[in-house]
Amino acid sequence: MPLPRIVITGVGLAAPNGNNLSEFRANLLAGRAGIERVELRYIGQTLAGMCHFDALRYQKKKEVRVGTRAGSISIYCAREALADSGVNLESTPKDRVGIYIGTTEHGTVETENEIYNISKFNYDTKFWSHYHNPRTVANNPAGETSLHLGVTGPAYCIGAACAAGNLGLIHAAQMLRLGEVDLAIGGGVSESTQSFGIFAGFKSQGALASHTDPPKASRPFDKARNGIVVSEGGCLYILERLEDACARGAKIYAELAGYCVNSDATDYVLPNPVRQTECVRRAIAHAGLAPHDIHIVNTHATATPLGDIQECEALRAVFGDGCPNTRINNTKSYIGHAMGAAGALELAGNLPSFDDLVVHPTINVDDLDPACALPGLVLNRPEKAARVDYILNNSFGMLGINSALIVKRFLP
Amino acid sequence: MTKDECKKLVLDIIADIAPDEDLSQVKPDVRLRDQLQLDSMDFLDIVMELRKRYGIEVPEADYMQLASLDSCAEYLTPKFNALAGKS
Repeated sequence: MPLPRIVITGVGLAAPNGNNLSEFRANLLAGRAGIERVELRYIGQTLAGMCHFDALRYQKKKEVRVGTRAGSISIYCAREALADSGVNLESTPKDRVGIYIGTTEHGTVETENEIYNISKFNYDTKFWSHYHNPRTVANNPAGETSLHLGVTGPAYCIGAACAAGNLGLIHAAQMLRLGEVDLAIGGGVSESTQSFGIFAGFKSQGALASHTDPPKASRPFDKARNGIVVSEGGCLYILERLEDACARGAKIYAELAGYCVNSDATDYVLPNPVRQTECVRRAIAHAGLAPHDIHIVNTHATATPLGDIQECEALRAVFGDGCPNTRINNTKSYIGHAMGAAGALELAGNLPSFDDLVVHPTINVDDLDPACALPGLVLNRPEKAARVDYILNNSFGMLGINSALIVKRFLP
Repeated sequence: MTKDECKKLVLDIIADIAPDEDLSQVKPDVRLRDQLQLDSMDFLDIVMELRKRYGIEVPEADYMQLASLDSCAEYLTPKFNALAGKS
């Protein structure tokens, strides 16, 4: 028996260069990045992708104070996605709604803050916040969202490193197919810009980007790339089974076509192109497609010197020959690495291509690294495509987790 | 420190803990929980802020003394003054 068809019926996002899908898309087409200089405890001045959505649009001041930034981003994205979808939550059985949010990490920000807090009181732990535990549990962003919405269905986070944004969607689709819920809010979020430890960790690895001009700092595939720009952000989708979406006359952005999640089983941080190729091939097979059917590939590429090369090697093995209609782009060149939100946000940036047939480029490629040359790589300027029916979204993470998600143009 | 000054300090703390509330109409003799949206975590916040800002300790057995602004003033003013006397 075929599995239920799953569709995306709403999008809510917070990106460093856009507070909603249309702002985000406009800036992707105009080549406008969202990276800025920030000042961090112990690190000093560095670069990050910061969001500027109004947290008080949906939350009260007390909610923002008591909760976490990841919670705030999740609530904003969930409310935006629900409004976009036209779902009336008040007349929806709230025990049949699920919230599935991918995160790379959670709890780091709060713990760093609390240690800094008690350092001012001679490390006396009686000054440690009673909010620490609910703020640091790994399900915090999903839990805060369920609290805010009054959702009594399942609400939890999926830890999948930098692949988490794809995993949020994949897991949501799986839960809908199992009949666990009727409406899913799925995607990923990141509050990583508030954790100095994450920046310091990348810096110690030699993987933190630097540049005198912030919007140019994230440079996947460029010869002068020198590492990652850490970003915050979020993107949550409303996902439903097709028959439910049609029953309420929902607008449909795209349909889930296929996916694969696998593991490198090789190294803590270095990617394995063989396993990445396998992940992409299996996702394409899962969707019942061949590589030449894919019209847009959003690469994971984070602008590390080696990681970009490994991914290009993996993609060359799949798309290197006989894929004249396959275009390849990257979103991190605009928004940096949005960690748990990356996969979900990057997919959103390409979704409007189903409507306008324009493929956004990857920017900041002044001098393409020959080791990153790929047929169909869209550099610096958007390109018009004859057709856009299938989009492949890659996200790879530490400890070797790989995810490849394919969405397709919805045809009834 | 007078009791009125003490009530003002407590209201300043509550203004940070409950930033959406209008505190101008708070009645000093009525329980705070009956006038404002304050839960048990918020009261722990009041205890924590007294500790962090003023070095005042409120043992768990005395939490009910913080029920209203009047009872806060009754309970806390001597504590403030004891600390001031020591320094």
